[in-house]
Order: sequence, then structure tokens, then C-alpha cells
Amino acid sequence: MSVEKLSDVIAILNEYDNNPSKLIPILQKVQHKYNYLPEDAMTFVANSLGIPPAKVFGVATFFSHFSITPKGKHIIKICDGTACHVKKSEGIINAVQNKLGLNAQKHTTDDFNFTLECVSCLGACGIAPVVVIDEEVHPQMTPEKVTALIDEVAKKEAQNAGK
Amino acid sequence: MPANNLKEIKDNYDKQYANITKKIIICAGTGCVSSGSMKVFEAFKTELAKRNLNVCLKISEGCREIYLSKSGCQGFCQQGPLLSIGDTFYTKVKDTDVVELIEKSVLKDEVVERLLYKNPADGKQYKTTAEIPFYKKQTRFLLQDCGRINPEDINEYISNGGYESARKAIAEMSDAEICNFMLDAGLKGRGGAGFPTGKKWDLTRQSKGHKKYVICNADEGDPGAFMDRSIMEGNPHSVVEGMIIAAKAIGADEGYIYVRMEYPLAVTRIKTAVREAREIGILGKGIFGTKYNFDINIMEGAGAFVCGEETALIASVEGARGMPRPKPPFPAVSGLFGKPTVINNVETLANIGKIMAVGAQEFRKMGTKNAPGTKTFALTGHVANTGLVEVPFGTTLREIVNEIAGGTTGEDGSPDQEAFKAVQIGGPSGGCLTKEHLDMPIEYDTLKAAGAMVGSGGLVVMNKTTCMPSIAKFFMGFTQNESCGKCVSCREGTKQMLSMLTDITEGKADDKTMHTLEDLANVVKVSSLCGLGKSAPQPVLSTLRYFRNEYNEHIQNKNCPAGACKALAKYTIDPAKCVGCTACKRACPVGAITGEVKKPHAVDKAKCIKCGACMKACKFNAISVGG
Ligand SMILES: Cc1cc2nc3c(=O)[nH]c(=O)nc-3n(C[C@H](O)[C@H](O)[C@H](O)COP(=O)(O)O)c2cc1C
Ligand code: FES
Repeated sequence: MSVEKLSDVIAILNEYDNNPSKLIPILQKVQHKYNYLPEDAMTFVANSLGIPPAKVFGVATFFSHFSITPKGKHIIKICDGTACHVKKSEGIINAVQNKLGLNAQKHTTDDFNFTLECVSCLGACGIAPVVVIDEEVHPQMTPEKVTALIDEVAKKEAQNAGK
Repeated sequence: MPANNLKEIKDNYDKQYANITKKIIICAGTGCVSSGSMKVFEAFKTELAKRNLNVCLKISEGCREIYLSKSGCQGFCQQGPLLSIGDTFYTKVKDTDVVELIEKSVLKDEVVERLLYKNPADGKQYKTTAEIPFYKKQTRFLLQDCGRINPEDINEYISNGGYESARKAIAEMSDAEICNFMLDAGLKGRGGAGFPTGKKWDLTRQSKGHKKYVICNADEGDPGAFMDRSIMEGNPHSVVEGMIIAAKAIGADEGYIYVRMEYPLAVTRIKTAVREAREIGILGKGIFGTKYNFDINIMEGAGAFVCGEETALIASVEGARGMPRPKPPFPAVSGLFGKPTVINNVETLANIGKIMAVGAQEFRKMGTKNAPGTKTFALTGHVANTGLVEVPFGTTLREIVNEIAGGTTGEDGSPDQEAFKAVQIGGPSGGCLTKEHLDMPIEYDTLKAAGAMVGSGGLVVMNKTTCMPSIAKFFMGFTQNESCGKCVSCREGTKQMLSMLTDITEGKADDKTMHTLEDLANVVKVSSLCGLGKSAPQPVLSTLRYFRNEYNEHIQNKNCPAGACKALAKYTIDPAKCVGCTACKRACPVGAITGEVKKPHAVDKAKCIKCGACMKACKFNAISVGG
């Protein structure tokens, strides 16, 4: 583990007084920093809290919010909760998967620009179907609208890369 | 400012409030924000400043002319962004409307008619919320302040009577008195099971121990429900107040709010509320100037439906995998860190302060004998008005769906009463109700008898294009995915049920499938460890009960009457309607459609890949699927 990473994780651990019952918020902070949970960081957290690495790994794989593989730069969350489902969110999921070359097993594009997550309810059911791209909620989506949004993000990304 | 002097805060607020000539409230709930309400807010700020008008954003900081405020979710999400200027209520407001709104509605008391709400059913326009059927038919007891007050200003909450109940509980009532009061009021838990809150508190109060906890269950996992989110976003202090009263009732000095991480705005608002309450001595040491201590921690969930179950939630607060454990012991005896714990739902807690303010008798006047009070429902699916509604228990489904929600909508989104098929209530643990239940008063017992449950209050209206076995499959997919894996019955049972439901919707099932499915559903129901597994078969059992024919049709005739199951889709062209325009023929990617120009076309079933392109291309409604 790099010195920098080490000191980041130590800072997070100190913030929670190295308290094992704060494992979940600690992992949340680590993930927030690296956008996933690197294995060396998890082992370090386990050793610092005095709990087996297997327990940390167990918690990390139990909750859907945690990811043990790196995620893309832009996160697309498509809601497939009941309200969105009956308003045909499936078609939106298919459209995005086709567009980005993803499927039920593959969630992140090869260039690590996009990760697609299907979630159950974002609590915005009144304006279903809902898609969230990088924290911004988009109401009453259609396959056409969502692919246009992705094009927009990809265009910005290409412009930034060109600079 | 000393918190034991709520009156001083209120007086100061009222003095400032009297200076206001115009009040502009913009909805800042998740729904309206996503439709652009913050752009409208910013536009108001800029345009009002350009005109040198005196604008205040927080009344307690001094106000002279115009009050520009953000509110929590007003419930009418589909019509957002929502805005009110004085009494006039505007819908679907854009930032480009702001100049006109200021010039007419703010400065001159004129009404900008094109932005008023228009009822899609009869085209009538309404000026105030009091007249709009969506609001008129509701009883907004709990949500009264949600969407009216600024959720980020504790002074506004206090000036509307907030924290007076908590002060009274802390300073003037004994723990037993509070429990007795709650028993009198007869409030039942709104988190699903409907357990009497007073009883739960009294049991925990009598548990021995110096350290006790209050937990607010804000994990709201039912997909399709957002009542708790709206309360936390719109009136977070009401939840804090409920927790303070619960703490006094059982003798706790520490509380946790466990919020879903999918609700970033709710998390922010509740954090602000806790900070504000601490600053004026309503939380922390010696609250309300007494010797009593109580403080609240906030924890964000990490995404697991089962963590809504109380023992799983407790495990996850303790830093472990969120797995439930057998009960007893109940949390009232041994909960968080092995200490007596009360765990209540957001809506339950938000009710408490209000109930104490109006008194048990007044509260009991709403709802039914068995279920006093009101319930909020998240109304979604195929209805004209989706959103958040509050009605007394005992209201019928017909009143909710037809009067408040403006009726069922058809495939194209326009009102069509005939299109109504079912209402799903209670989410993955609940069941379906059909036409025959439309006049049944809704409360805990009636729903249970009908094979559904109040649950958290997600209410999804489904029209005729919805396939019921597919809906059962959808929920089973959800529970199978969320099953924590601890007990065999739920872990394996949900998997097998899902695979059978998949067979049914793909035309691979035979006569035995349905019996095995039904048998297994009944086994999983009785043999699972926690509520998740126990209720997982509910969507299957309820659809089998009311839509058995639809299952049979899938199994015996390999036909999906709703035309939703892709594997079973049979595209046919009605020769009477087909004019031979060749649009479908050109749209078909596999050349499965044949026919001469100006003569009826036909689909070759062997070649058809069921993509539906022909149906989209047809302008004469001549192509149908299933039947
Ligand atoms: C699988 C499962 C999920 C649950 N999810 C929630 C939830 O999201 N929110 C909630 O308040 N209660 C949920 N409950 C119910 C809680 O276990 C508990 O009964 C409730 O929080 C008690 O609060 P109340 O008495 O105020 O209703 C769930 C129960 C089960 C079995
Ligand atoms: S079901 Fe999609 S936001 Fe609730």
C-alpha cells in the first residue's frame, strides 16, 4: 500500500476511534475516497480494528453499495423498483446496456468511463421511471432520452480528454 | 437561545413574519428538484434582487417584504416543479416563467393562468391547493407542515408548535405517563407490522438496564415507496421530536437514525435538523434546560433490503453483516449492543409530537377504531396523479385511486377508467387487490384478510398492460436477490419459486408447475426465519388467488393476455384494419411480414423475433400482441 493511501485510511480510522462497530461507516468513507474497496485497504482496516479480514470482506460483499472492483468515472443508476418497473424501466436498462456494450454480468465499460447500476427504488417514484447520472436525478425517462443523456456525458468526456 | 424558552423563539418569529407581504414557496423535494425546481429558485433570487426588492430566505434572520422559501415534498410530484405565491398554486414552473410570475403574481396579485393546475379528466383549472381534488380529498394531519415550512429552519418548526410536545414530555411527564398516553392514543406502527407503539414503549420501559436506545428505522426498502423519504426531507424535526419523546418514555439517552444511502437529500436534511436541535439545547446534555440527556447519531445504510428488519438493522449498526436473528429475545429486552431498544419507523415517530399536541381523543377521531389516525401512501403506477397522499384509515381504494389519483391511465398515459386491473400494496411482502376490493375500507385487518398488507404504504396501480405472473416474478426476483442467505427455506425457496415463475412467463411450464409453486410458497411462508422470507411468497399467493386464470393461460395456452411476456408474444395483423401501407413490412428487421401494397399483411410466426417494431410502425392500430 502506498504511503499516501496508508495515511488516508489511517485518518478515516482515527475519525471513528478505531471502533469495530463503526466498520460500515469506515468502509463507506474508504469507498468514497477510492470509488471502490481496494483489497489492501480492507486488510489494513481489519488489522487496525482487530477483526479478521474475512469479516470485513463479508460485510463488504453483503451490502450492495460496496464494490470490491473499481467503478467507472460516471455512475448511471437506473431504477428498477416497482413504480419504475411498471412504467417500463426494463426497456431503459436494455437501451443503456446496448449503448455501452454492457450486460447483466458486465457493469463497467472497458474504458472505465461508465458503470451501470440497477437499483431498487430511488424514492422518486412519483416521477417514474427514474435514472440518476452522477447524482443528478432525471425524471420520466425513455430509452431515447437516456441515450441522449449518455451521449452528452461522453461528449464532455471526449472534450476534456482532448484538452 | 435557551431551548426551554420555545415561546421566545416563536414570538420573535411571529414578529418577523408579520412583515411579510408575499410568500413564495418552491418545492425542494427530490421529485421537484429533478424536474428543475432549484433553477426556478435561483431565477427568483436573481430576478427579485434585480428589482431591488427586499427578499429574505430565513424568517428568523429578519424579514421585511418578500419571503422566498424552499419546502419539502408537497406530494404532487408528477406536476412539478411546484410553486406557490401566496395562496396561488402553480405547477410545472420553469425558470423562464419567473419574470412573468414576479411581474404579475408577486407584484400585482394577478394570476398567471397558463401555469395553474389543469385537471386532465375535465380540463378544469384550479387556483389553490384547497380546491384541487388531489389535495381536497386528503386528510393532511402528518403532512400538514411538509411542503409548507422550511425544513432547514428549526425556528419555523418551533413557531408552528413544534417541540412543545417534546418539551412537555421531558419536563413535565413521567415515563409511565407517556406510555399510557400512547396506549390511549392507540397509534400502531407504520413500518409494516402495525404493532401498538404504546405497548412497545411500555415493554421497553419496564426492561431493566441503565443504558437504552431509540432507533429510527429510515431504511424504507420497499421499492415503490417514498413516504419516509418525504417526511425526512419535508419535516425532519418531526422525526427528531418523536425520538426525544420515545427516549423519555423508555429512559434512553442515545438514539440512532438508520437512513438509506439512496436518499442523499433526506440524509442532509436530517443531519441539519440534528445539528440545529443541538445548537439550541434540544439535543445533547441537559435538554430543554432539564437534567435529561439525549443525543442522536445518524448512520447511512449500505444497501440491503433485509436491514429494514429490526434485528438485521441492529446487526448492521453494530458493524456486522445485516442478518436477522431469531426473536425472542425482542429488541425491547435485548437490542442494540444487547441493551433494551425501541425501534420505530419514521412515520410512526413523526406522528408522536402531533398526537400529543392534539390529544389522544382528537387523534382517535381520525381513522377507524382498530386503526386510529392517518396513513401516508406513495401512489404510483398507472394513475393520472402520482405522488404522496395521506388519508385516514378506513378510506376505500376507490376514493384513493379514482378521486385523489384522478383514475387509472391507459398505455398512452391518458385517463381510462376501464384500464384498471389491480393495485399492489405492501411491496415485495404484500399482495394485489382487484376491482372487487375497490370499496373495501383500508386498514390493517381488512388488507390482511384480502391477502395483502398495509406494509410501508407503497401503492402501485396497474393497468391492463400489466401481466400478473410477471409482477409476481418481478417481486420474487427482488426478494431472491435480497435474501440474506441465513435460512435455507428463504435462500433456496425464493430461488426455486423464481425459476418456476420464469418458466411460466416463458411458456416452459406444465400443469405441475403451478401446484409445486403454490405448495412451495406455503412452505416458505411458514418456515422462514424472518419477515423477509415469511412474506416473500405473498405476491405469488395473492396473484394466484385473484389471477389464477392468467397463470393458466400462460401454462396451458402459452399465451400472455396482457401481451407483456416477450417469449409468449404473438404478433397478429387484423386484416380488417390493415390498409396495406407496408410500414410494418419495412420496419421488420427479419423479413417476417409479407403482403402486397394496399392489401392486408400477415406475420410469419416462425420467422418473427418478437421485437415489436411492426407494432410501433403501424399507424392504424392493426397489429396486436397476445390476447
Ligand atoms: C424484510 C423486512 C423489511 C422491513 N423494512 C422496513 C423498512 O424499510 N422500514 C421500516 O420502518 N420497517 C421495516 N420493517 C419492519 C421492522 O422490522 C419493524 O417492524 C419496524 O421498523 C417497527 O417500527 P414500527 O413499530 O414503528 O412500525 C421490515 C421488516 C422486514 C421483515
Ligand atoms: S420505484 Fe423507481 S424511484 Fe421508486
